[in-house]
Amino acid sequence: MNTKTPSRLEKILTSGNLAVTSECGPPRGSDGEVITKKAEMIKDYVDAINITDNQTSVTRLCSLAACIRLKLMGLEPILQMVTRDRNRIALQSDILGAASFDIFNILCLSGDHQKFGDCPQGQNVFDIDSMQLIQTVRHMRDEGKFLGGDAIERPPRMFVGAAANPFADPFEIRVRRLAKKVAAGVEFIQTQCIYNLDKFEVYMKQAGDRGLHEKVYILAGVTPFKSAGMAKYMKNRVPGMDVPDEVVARMSGVPKEKQPEEGIDICVESIQRLKELEGVRGFHIMAIEWEEMVPEIVKRAGLYPRPKIE
Amino acid sequence: MIVAERKPIEEIMGFVRDFKKIIIAGCNECVTVCYAGGKKEVEILASALSMAFMKEGKELEIKEVTLERQCDPEYLEELRGFIYDYDAVVSLACGVGVQFLAEKYLKIPVFPGVNTLFMGVTEEKGVWSERCQGCGQCILGQTAGICPISRCAKRLLNGPCGGSTKGKCEINPELDCAWQLIIDRLKELGRLDDYDTLIPIKDWSTERAGGPRKLVREDLQQ
Amino acid sequence: MRLSYPDSIRIIRLPCTGKVDVIYLLRAFQKGADGVYVAGCLEGECHYLTGNLRARKKVEYAKKILDEVGIGGERLEMYNIAASDGPRFAEIAREMHEKIMALGPNPIKGALREKKAA
Repeated sequence: MNTKTPSRLEKILTSGNLAVTSECGPPRGSDGEVITKKAEMIKDYVDAINITDNQTSVTRLCSLAACIRLKLMGLEPILQMVTRDRNRIALQSDILGAASFDIFNILCLSGDHQKFGDCPQGQNVFDIDSMQLIQTVRHMRDEGKFLGGDAIERPPRMFVGAAANPFADPFEIRVRRLAKKVAAGVEFIQTQCIYNLDKFEVYMKQAGDRGLHEKVYILAGVTPFKSAGMAKYMKNRVPGMDVPDEVVARMSGVPKEKQPEEGIDICVESIQRLKELEGVRGFHIMAIEWEEMVPEIVKRAGLYPRPKIE
Repeated sequence: MIVAERKPIEEIMGFVRDFKKIIIAGCNECVTVCYAGGKKEVEILASALSMAFMKEGKELEIKEVTLERQCDPEYLEELRGFIYDYDAVVSLACGVGVQFLAEKYLKIPVFPGVNTLFMGVTEEKGVWSERCQGCGQCILGQTAGICPISRCAKRLLNGPCGGSTKGKCEINPELDCAWQLIIDRLKELGRLDDYDTLIPIKDWSTERAGGPRKLVREDLQQ
Repeated sequence: MRLSYPDSIRIIRLPCTGKVDVIYLLRAFQKGADGVYVAGCLEGECHYLTGNLRARKKVEYAKKILDEVGIGGERLEMYNIAASDGPRFAEIAREMHEKIMALGPNPIKGALREKKAA
């Protein structure tokens, strides 16, 4: 099997299996055990685990340190890296730091604006954007060189990913944007969580028409609703999120104690439907503060056990 | 033009509290156009400060003067004859003018009367918005005349980000998403395919990051 | 109409309240006026279409400055009144007079008197 990196995730995708990834949010403190516990809960049910990078601009334990912890546990981390907080020197440096621990996956993001977080008065960097970060990692890996031109001793071998949001505006540009990321060198995509499956199908059809299914592995993002309140919040308050009324109605239509179960049902049903969709090569399950449900979702979606890859 | 806004009167009072004779120096250019520091604003500030000081039982003599510009040495020379008769200057020019005035008259304290905000346009009377951050390497030809560096909150060169909602920026629903504007304009120009071209990593060395900037034209030096 | 209104009022005539500049309003207080009011045509009836609307905005702006310097924005008001409405004119005059009497003299009156004496 010809993979470009030792990444387990790449191997699973290249071998034709559906991949399953999930994510852990680091703590707002220095207790690494929080990561360990979350990872223990999900490790047998996923192929790789994302660690978010100061998500929503809220200061947390850094993604790199948490990824190292996962690696030392024998698990497969995906380093999420935003360009909001670090210039190109720091980005390249952290990439090498991750590579020094043989972290083989990276997700390149721009990052939410710091206005949303706990330091709205801070500076932001945005020395480069997410597409340019994709180019940078590929350059470091494939040319073995720093952006400045010097050779890298022991270049990083990373499987390069990025996010895609089929539901942000303008919709008509979203597939072009995906194509642009592919041209920049991205190898796998994790999408924003999907509730509007019809719209996602349109997106995937357009992507297929552009020949993108053959060029990039797309993992469909899913997030189970814990409550009708959560569904409404995500519908109305989160930018770039598309939650159809029927879905909210379904959540509101059951009594409060039954809502978590309904949320999981919706999630599992979505996965079943998305499995049939051409171009979907796996799933990224984002069970925010509900990691303990990942095993059930994976099992009920028929994705357990995870393939053994050497 | 440079857009500025008058500082709160209380803050200005704090600057000149201990002085007896001050000059309020306005500027006839940008700050006049944005109603922050022109002749009328000088008058208003002088009147306000007089009353504020009188109320406290203090005397404050104020000379009002409005220069053509404060960023060219010739116009600042107009102050030479009398400036040192005073204790302090409150300059209502933009940050550029305040500094240049201070440079030309080292022996008198100079205080800023406005907060300098940005390089921008008059959208309509009373509304000004940012357009340029002086990055030193203009790419407006590639982005249909709309600058992603000054108008995108994340200065993305390959935007929009996933937070763009109904053509507005995630940080402020009244702020246009620069990349939506660029895409719309490219469509109107029949050049939407330009969007597919990746804009490479920017050289920021000509921007603030590269250090304070200077331009020399030897052909013009005397 | 020969209606009477308090003799504390000094009238300054303008062709339109649109001619009012913020500095006129401030100068009046700077010279010792205890209160100032701007009387413009009813909204929608300005001879020059929007003069009275602009005046209102300037009055609001000047009120803020008067608050900032401690004179008090409540000493300044804008009224809209039909040109021929004598009774309303007198009513406003009385209203303003009472209001200012209650607020007391302009806080810089003392300093101005001292200056004059000097």
